This record gives sequence, structure tokens and C-alpha cells, in this order.
Amino acid sequence: MSFFTNAKRFLLCSIVVYFVLKGLFLSGLLTQYIQQIILFSFVAILTSLGLNVIYGYTGQFSLGHAGFYGIGAYTAAYLGAVFQVDNVFSFLPILALGGAAAGIVGYAVGVPILRLRDDFLAIATLGFGILVKVLLDNSDRAIEVLGGSRGFIGIPKIVNLEIAFFTMVFLILVTRNLIFSRYGLFWQCIKDDELASTAFGINTARMKLMAFTFGCFLAGIGGALYAYLYSFLHPSNFDFLRSIDFLIIVIVGGMGSITGTIYAGLLWVAVIEGLRIGLPAQALEFRWVLIPIFLVVVMMWKPFGLLARKESKFLGLGRDA
Amino acid sequence: MDFLSYILQQFINGLQLGAVYALIALGYTMVYGVLRLINFAHGDVFMFGAFTAYYLIAKWDVPIYLVFPITMAVTALLGFLIEKIAYKPLRSAPKIALLITAVGVSLFLEYFLSLESLFTPNYIGFPRPFEVTGYELPLFTVTNVQIIIFAVTALSLLLLYLLIYHTKYGRAMRALSHDREIASLMGIPVDGIISFTFIVGAALAGLGGILYGFAYPQINVFMGIMPGIKSFIAAVLGGIGIIHGAVLGGLIIGISEVFVSAFLSSTLRDGVIFFVLFLVLLLKPSGIFGKWIDKV
Repeated sequence: MSFFTNAKRFLLCSIVVYFVLKGLFLSGLLTQYIQQIILFSFVAILTSLGLNVIYGYTGQFSLGHAGFYGIGAYTAAYLGAVFQVDNVFSFLPILALGGAAAGIVGYAVGVPILRLRDDFLAIATLGFGILVKVLLDNSDRAIEVLGGSRGFIGIPKIVNLEIAFFTMVFLILVTRNLIFSRYGLFWQCIKDDELASTAFGINTARMKLMAFTFGCFLAGIGGALYAYLYSFLHPSNFDFLRSIDFLIIVIVGGMGSITGTIYAGLLWVAVIEGLRIGLPAQALEFRWVLIPIFLVVVMMWKPFGLLARKESKFLGLGRDA
Repeated sequence: MDFLSYILQQFINGLQLGAVYALIALGYTMVYGVLRLINFAHGDVFMFGAFTAYYLIAKWDVPIYLVFPITMAVTALLGFLIEKIAYKPLRSAPKIALLITAVGVSLFLEYFLSLESLFTPNYIGFPRPFEVTGYELPLFTVTNVQIIIFAVTALSLLLLYLLIYHTKYGRAMRALSHDREIASLMGIPVDGIISFTFIVGAALAGLGGILYGFAYPQINVFMGIMPGIKSFIAAVLGGIGIIHGAVLGGLIIGISEVFVSAFLSSTLRDGVIFFVLFLVLLLKPSGIFGKWIDKV
């Protein structure tokens, strides 16, 4: 029973957060730019949550997450351009389709490559990510509107606080319930020991594929939100470094922790964007010098991340409060 | 006839690129052999080699016959330090932690060296210490750069072969890649041999960096990323951990890349390489020379 009361608790927390944010947005204290960053942090959390399902819970290392994020973004943007989407109600199906496209591609790619393990899987997903970027760079040859290396322009800016926030809350809740369902237990079992999981009768291939598809679906939703938040897409937004961004959020937050991903996502966006505001332009290039050092130090100190397999009781994300 | 000579010419160009990939791939394959780690920073060691050679030639006027040993020594030192500082503390950590550390080291090297006061993020012209001249053969032209690349690569492969199959160190390396624990029980100094492997691999990457600079005289701190990944693919293609596999894989990748650029589109070549990777991983994950195994 506490499972459901926890879900209620999480919803209650979200509604409080929503009203606080809405008040801040309406009060005019936040510039347009800051508002956009806040909404982007929700996108980052959602996409990283997808990677956490794949890697943190199921143990399938992926370095190509930005590829799926890009597929979601471009699919949603393209469908939006075809069907002349300009309001919230016609956007929601497009959002779902963006996620579905990434999920379907994830499924199709996952069938062959999830047979690989650890570093071979890493290099295969890395290859997939680069493949997606190359295809996006060349996309204008096939479909003019995608823009290729010039970028996809003219996407209406539809995503607002309500859409971004409640999509995130809804999908976090879905993810939480999946994680605590038997499937989630299978996933974590596979992460701990694949051989033993097979011995217990878990269909590991199917479960890995399911986790991978769901993770890619979340990335696709994140990408679709991103497209309609920034109204401009460029292949360089979906390159290898972006995959690393999501990986860092997952690792810093902790593998197998939704709470960790939420905090780390907020922290990450705040640090990246905050440094942009706070630091002088010359010092800006230091960001990517310090970030890898931080990553290496976290790996040496806590190889499973800061909040590995811990959930916040306060937010009501845990199994039992 | 024209078409044939065009194809041959592209083949020679492909061999030139493939030889550089082969030199980088050797480092990947050896490190993977002893540590089971994809050393993502290896591409950046290659980049560092190119920059070292650039400084030696353009800034300090070092004679060309000294550029090779000095550059290789510098990159060997870099490889040694990377292993000692970043990888050694994680010897007993989970495999993925090591992999993420490798990615971190790679990013650190790239962005640290791209600071304005160091190598800057701009493209820099690499000065060739000699003029490029082409020698007309009946069907194709071969340049002196290509001859140098082929000669240096062949010589270093020969030396590497002797090192690995005919010395005590080589035997220790092979023992380590077979089974690290048993090797240490047999009295092999595991840490020393791992360091040695990094040193040899990094020296070869440095050599690759110099040759790459001769062949494609534009260098940049991020130049190591794609050749690094492609060389790793070359190592997987040939069979990871197998020396001659890395060489053959490098040549195949180099030649196919040049052919895709020549006959399809230069923007698609990276895509084709990764498509090749998928095929290899799906059909025979252990690579061309690898043994048949169920899973990797």
C-alpha cells in the first residue's frame, strides 16, 4: 500500500514545485533565458533517466544516447512541419510519436547489438551515435526540410512549463512503477549477474531489449521536447559530447537512482549554464577541462555514482517510506 | 585504362591512410590485450604526437631524423603517465568505471590542450620538412610522403613483431593477455608489463601522429577523435588482441574510407565505417582472425 501512497506523495511534491515555478515564471523575476534553462533541465532529466534505465538499472553501457535523443527531436520536428502543428493539443501526439520513433529505432538497433557486452556494446552504441549524426548532417539530401548541416529551422516554440514539467513528472512516475515492477527487478537482476539471471529463468535478451527500448523512448520524448523548446535543431546538438553529458548526469546522480538523476540533472544544467553566466568568457573553456577531472575523481571515489540505488523518501520515489 | 589507374591511385591513397590507422590500432589492440580496456585516450596520444612533431619541426628546427625518436619518447611518456595516474588506481574497480575514466582522460586531454595558451582549438598547418614530390609509375603516382609512410610503418611492424614474438617482454605481454592472474603467479611483474605495453602503444601512436601530419598537414587538438575510433574499429575488425589483425583491419578501414570518399561522398565515409563495424560485430564479433566465440 505504501507504494501507492508514495506515488501520491511524489505527485503532491510535484504539484507544489509546479506552483512555485509557475509563480516564479509569472512574477517576472526570471528572464526568458533562465526560464528556458529551467525547462531544458527537465528535458535533460528525462533523457538521462532513459540512460539510467539502460545503464544504471540494466547495466547495458551506451555511449550513443544522444543519437536516440536526436531521432526523437528530428522526428517530432519533421512531423510537426508536415502536419502544421502549432498548438499544444496537436503537439502532444507529435511528442508521443517522437518518443515512439526513438523507441522503435532503439528496438531495431537493440536486437542485434544487445548481444554484445560492456565495452563492445559501448563501441557499437558510440558508432550508432556517430552514424546518426552523419545521417543528420546529410539529411537535407533526402528531405530538404531537415536542413542537414545547416540545421532545422522554424520549429514553433510550443513547449511551456506545463508541458515540460508534467511530461517529466508523468514519465518519472511511469519509470518508477516499471522499476518496482517485476520487469524492473529482472533488469536489476541482469545488471548484477546476467548468467545467474538466465539460470533463474529470466529471458535476458528480451528484458535487456525492453529496458533499452524504454530508455530510448524516454530519450526520444526528451528530444521532441527539446525541438519544440529551442525551435532550432542542429546535428552538433546530438553528437558524442551530448551523450557524455547524459552519462555524466547518470553517473553523478548514481546508477539505479531516479532521485539521483533528478538532482544531478538539475545540478548539471545549473553548473553548465551557471558557469556560462558567472564566469568571464576566457574562463569558459575551463569548463570542459574541469568536468573530465571531476568525472575521473568520481569514478575513483565512488564507481557507482553518488546516490547509487538510493531513493529519496521525501520525494516519495522509494519503494517503502 | 584510366579507370583502372584511378582505382589503383585511390588504393595507394587508401593504403597511406590505412597505414596510419594500423599504427594507432596496434596500441588499442595491445592495451586491450593486457587490460581489457578500450583506451579512449589513445587517439589523443596520437594527436599529442602530431603536435610534438609540429613543435619540434616548426618551432625548434630539430632535424628530421631526431623528430621521430623524440616524438615517440614524448608520447611514450604520456602513455605511461596516463596509465599510472588514471588507470592503475582502478585496477580492481568495475570494468565500466575504467571505461568511463578512459573517456574522461580523453576529454581532459582534448580540452586542456585546446586552451588558448597551449595548443589552441584552431587548425594549424603542419610544416613538412621536405617538398612533396610524386614519382610517376606506369599506372599510378606515388609520392615521397607515401613511400616514407609505407617504409616507416613496415619497419615498425617488423620491430614490433620481433618484440612481441621473440623477446621476454613480448612473451610476458602475451601471457598477460592470456590470463592475468596466472601470469602474475608465474612471476611476471604485471604492473611493469602493463606500463610497458602502454609505452610501446603510445610510441606507435606518436609515430602515427607524425606520419599523419606529413600526409594531411592540418592538425588540431580534436584530430585524434575520429582516427582513434576508426582505429579501434580496425582493431575489432581484425580481431582484438591480435597484432596482424590490427594491421589488416587498419588497411581495410583506410582503403574503404578512401573509396567511399572517391565514389560516394566524403560526408558519408564515417557512416560507412560504422556500418562496417555493425556488420563485424553481428557476423563475427571476434574479428577476421579471431576464434569463433559465442559472446564477447
